[in-house]
Amino acid sequence: MNAINKEPERHEIEALLPWHAAGTLSRRDADRVEQALAGDRELARRYDLVREELAETIHLNETLGAPSARAMEKLFAAIDAEEARSPRRQRSFDLAGRISEFLSSLTPRALAWSATAAAVAILLQAAVIAAIVVKEGAPSGPSLASAPSEGSFAVVRFAPQATANDITNFLGAYKATVVEGPLNMGGQLYRIRLSETKLPKDEVGKIVRQMQEESKIVGFIAAKE
Amino acid sequence: MQSTSDEVLIGRIANGDRLAMQVLYARHHVRVFRFVVRLVRDEATAEDLISEVFLDVWRQAGRFEGRSAVSTWMLAIARFKALSALRRRPDQELDEETAGAIEDPSDDPAAVLEKKDKSAMLRKCLTGLSAEHREIIDLVYYHEKSVEEVAEIVGIPENTVKTRMFYARKRLAELVKAAGIDRGWP
Repeated sequence: MNAINKEPERHEIEALLPWHAAGTLSRRDADRVEQALAGDRELARRYDLVREELAETIHLNETLGAPSARAMEKLFAAIDAEEARSPRRQRSFDLAGRISEFLSSLTPRALAWSATAAAVAILLQAAVIAAIVVKEGAPSGPSLASAPSEGSFAVVRFAPQATANDITNFLGAYKATVVEGPLNMGGQLYRIRLSETKLPKDEVGKIVRQMQEESKIVGFIAAKE
Repeated sequence: MQSTSDEVLIGRIANGDRLAMQVLYARHHVRVFRFVVRLVRDEATAEDLISEVFLDVWRQAGRFEGRSAVSTWMLAIARFKALSALRRRPDQELDEETAGAIEDPSDDPAAVLEKKDKSAMLRKCLTGLSAEHREIIDLVYYHEKSVEEVAEIVGIPENTVKTRMFYARKRLAELVKAAGIDRGWP
């Protein structure tokens, strides 16, 4: 057997012995230590000392016992108190989680994420449009109990990427207002008023076609009597 | 049957899953408790602290990035809590004084008998190390943390981890030698 001649190298290997004994070295370092131990009796003797320390450290820690049930009771009481004070995280996640689970049950798993993202985008957009309606002074939010019947109307689905600003500017440019919606369960269709007076059918068709060209904002639009 | 990984549990906890929290607690609370009790040397304090540690896990689970093992992350939180508690009661954190306060076994008739039991003496001396040395020895030998993980938990460079471990072992050997057992190193 050949002892390691270079003292710095031996010192470096010796420093790794505790981790070698605990089995937490990388394969490369473990191989280096094994090689050194095989060729150096003094290092091997020191390794035996390390193994003694390892065994007694485990023994000592295992005699320390465990915490009483009080610690867990205290923890969950604190968690309950915290959730009672601010339950938002739980609720918001549950909504997203339920949407995700629902979509996962309908579509291949690979599509679940994109479907969830789209659903969340629709929900966000619904919130944005609701805010616009409220801002414009609609009497009871996006789902109006008594939608106005006077004037000319269209049904629109906004593009998922349309922002609040886009929608506000778009409606402003055409002097249109959201008067009802979302009209379907997916929360995608809204009834908008194009004019407070009844316009000729051709005129409505012309406005709708113009609006349809705004593809970054409008996903679908059709005149509605 | 494969158990749910700690990382998956943390993801569920981030979403407010209490059951996942219970599983994680059941899995790790004993080791975290032992790590803390070795630092603060008081079981009641350690119990309070582990409740705080796991409450932090509950609060911060959403920010866990998975760059280290969950147990490493929790031990880092536990260490911070333990040291903060020790700072709040400086009269009880004795560190080097603690080591110096170990009775000289040569003056203790009972300890004379104990000398015959090298293992028991080693354990006695392990309890007499400074908090810094106890901590690193426990992390390496009992909590099975790699050099990199110890560096992360303690917040020191990897080379310092190796050096500190070496000096902790050296100090242990000195204490054992002072107790009448010469292990032939250093």
